[in-house]
Amino acid sequence: MSGPVLCLVEVDDGEIAGPSQRALAVARSLASGPARADPERADPASAGLPADGGLTAVVFATLGGPADRAAADLAGQGVTELCVVASGELTCYAPVAWARAIEQLIAARSAAAVVAAATDRGAEVLAHLGALTGLPVAANCVAATATSDQNWRLLRHRWAGSLLEDAILAAPVALLTVAADAVAADAVADDGAVPEPASASPDASGQVVAPVSGGAMIPAADMPVTTFAPALQAADLRVRATQSAGQGGGMSLATARVVVGGGRGVGGPDGFAALEELAGLLGGVVGVSRVVTSQGWRPHRQQVGQTGTKISPELYLACGISGAIQHMAGCQSAKHIVAVNTDPDAPIMSRAEYAVIGDLNEVIPALVAAIRAAGGQE
Amino acid sequence: MDILVLVKRVPMVGGKMVLTADGQDVDTRLSGFTVSPHEECAVEEAVQVTERLGGTVTVLTLGPPEAADQLRDMLALGAHRGVLLETDGREWGPIATAAAIAAAIGELGPAAFPLILAGNEAADTGGYQVGIRLAHALGRPCVTGIKRLEVAGDLLRAWRDYGGGQEEFELALPAVVGVKEGINLPRYPSLPGRLRAKRAQIEVRKPAWQADGLRKIALRVPAGSAQRARVLGHGAGAVPELIRVLGDIGVLAPAGRAEADGTVA
Repeated sequence: MSGPVLCLVEVDDGEIAGPSQRALAVARSLASGPARADPERADPASAGLPADGGLTAVVFATLGGPADRAAADLAGQGVTELCVVASGELTCYAPVAWARAIEQLIAARSAAAVVAAATDRGAEVLAHLGALTGLPVAANCVAATATSDQNWRLLRHRWAGSLLEDAILAAPVALLTVAADAVAADAVADDGAVPEPASASPDASGQVVAPVSGGAMIPAADMPVTTFAPALQAADLRVRATQSAGQGGGMSLATARVVVGGGRGVGGPDGFAALEELAGLLGGVVGVSRVVTSQGWRPHRQQVGQTGTKISPELYLACGISGAIQHMAGCQSAKHIVAVNTDPDAPIMSRAEYAVIGDLNEVIPALVAAIRAAGGQE
Repeated sequence: MDILVLVKRVPMVGGKMVLTADGQDVDTRLSGFTVSPHEECAVEEAVQVTERLGGTVTVLTLGPPEAADQLRDMLALGAHRGVLLETDGREWGPIATAAAIAAAIGELGPAAFPLILAGNEAADTGGYQVGIRLAHALGRPCVTGIKRLEVAGDLLRAWRDYGGGQEEFELALPAVVGVKEGINLPRYPSLPGRLRAKRAQIEVRKPAWQADGLRKIALRVPAGSAQRARVLGHGAGAVPELIRVLGDIGVLAPAGRAEADGTVA
């Protein structure tokens, strides 16, 4: 295959969704990688399109179609073609139909690889694509490099980012999902095991770095916008979202700037009042560890962790949380972690930046009182 | 309704990841094993459905002989039957796993399980694929990421989180559903459940391993986890210093921040 890299781009409220930005970064590094396929083997059938290399952003036009803003953003991200998949039958999200469309697009463009964010939709569509094509899917990648024709060197998450795996993928077309959240805020012990891709690489923290706008990128005028109408069967449309409703309004745990976390140390359902009060004062929300939800103290939607919500606040104030792997996988994108814990040897102490050694039921009310007192002096 | 639930034996990881010397696996000498939280919820959901509508719950896993322990754990939660697709301990990729499960279902009677539940993604690999690949092998519809499920006759309604709200699906049985933790609160095993699980006969089959194009070179622990937090102080006495740090981070309201800085300076 000598065609482009296809990247499934999810558009959220007119903008490229954050996880898709990271997917684009990995896709871009693949498209411009050192071991790109021989241009002379370009398929003449795809003349007029970026036949050799190139990066095709694939956007599904459901209702309304992609916003112009997203198109402009894509042009600034090294995308060489924006392909809008549209069909009268595709009025809502339908996982198999999306996969079928990409399968047909692989053939139409002689695509070398397909990259998608490991979101619910991206991971689901690529798994269907893997099943339809019989190809393997490498999940949760953070870096990818073509090493030879049909061979890729990958760095990917295991255990939601608590471990990294160096892997080799051999397949006619590489199907990759890109870790939707950031990786551990720890330096990756990279001794050159994965060659540094040109424009996307895990930085010292192992996070995929996606340049917001590249000066050397191709200007918007050079990015052709094409449409692709897949041939869909009834079976492809058997499963579809009958309703997709974003909630809007209210602060979400995933996007909160401050998260006040409570764990086993809170002691019971009544102990969260002080944490709620503090979160209110800091303009944040309360998040909890898995033990708290499995005890039924708080609802699961407040759980931070591998099987709960992944957060990326400016401050994560973790109170009475030991710092189990399952929990830390959900807060490794937090910019600053401050721990309040009675145990100076708790695992969280090696993940937090600052710590207060003590009982949260003493420290938090005192902190609330101090913030209130300071505010009241105005 | 007879329901099949897929589970996977994974190391029970605590506060720290430790790898074997060859970097191929998580060191489990000091840890136990468990199933992913998503899968425990899948078993609970299946048990709840059969409590309402009648029928049985079969749990199936592909793994080493010791994975029978995880099947017994699930039997203790109320599942009725355990099937082990026994491996020689090698890691199986999603393609081979789904193919082996599809073949086993063929032998167990494909019509026997109108509903197949899987955990959405395994804790260790997070592949998001086995349920979907199995659905294709069986020619069934599939939904994943599900946090609410309603079964009414031959119809299934399922909901998952989407963009801060929810996304709804409707599909006809037979179907495959990937569920996520939060769909229910799994019960604790009862004493009679434990005793029944201990005595239960586990059905064992031995599928053949196959490669699937993705090869692990080695695992590594992200470096730098040896840092230590800077201790700001002990108990309530640490509050002034804590306020200063919160101010530096920039999460105190401007007025409160200025005052707090003034207070503790």
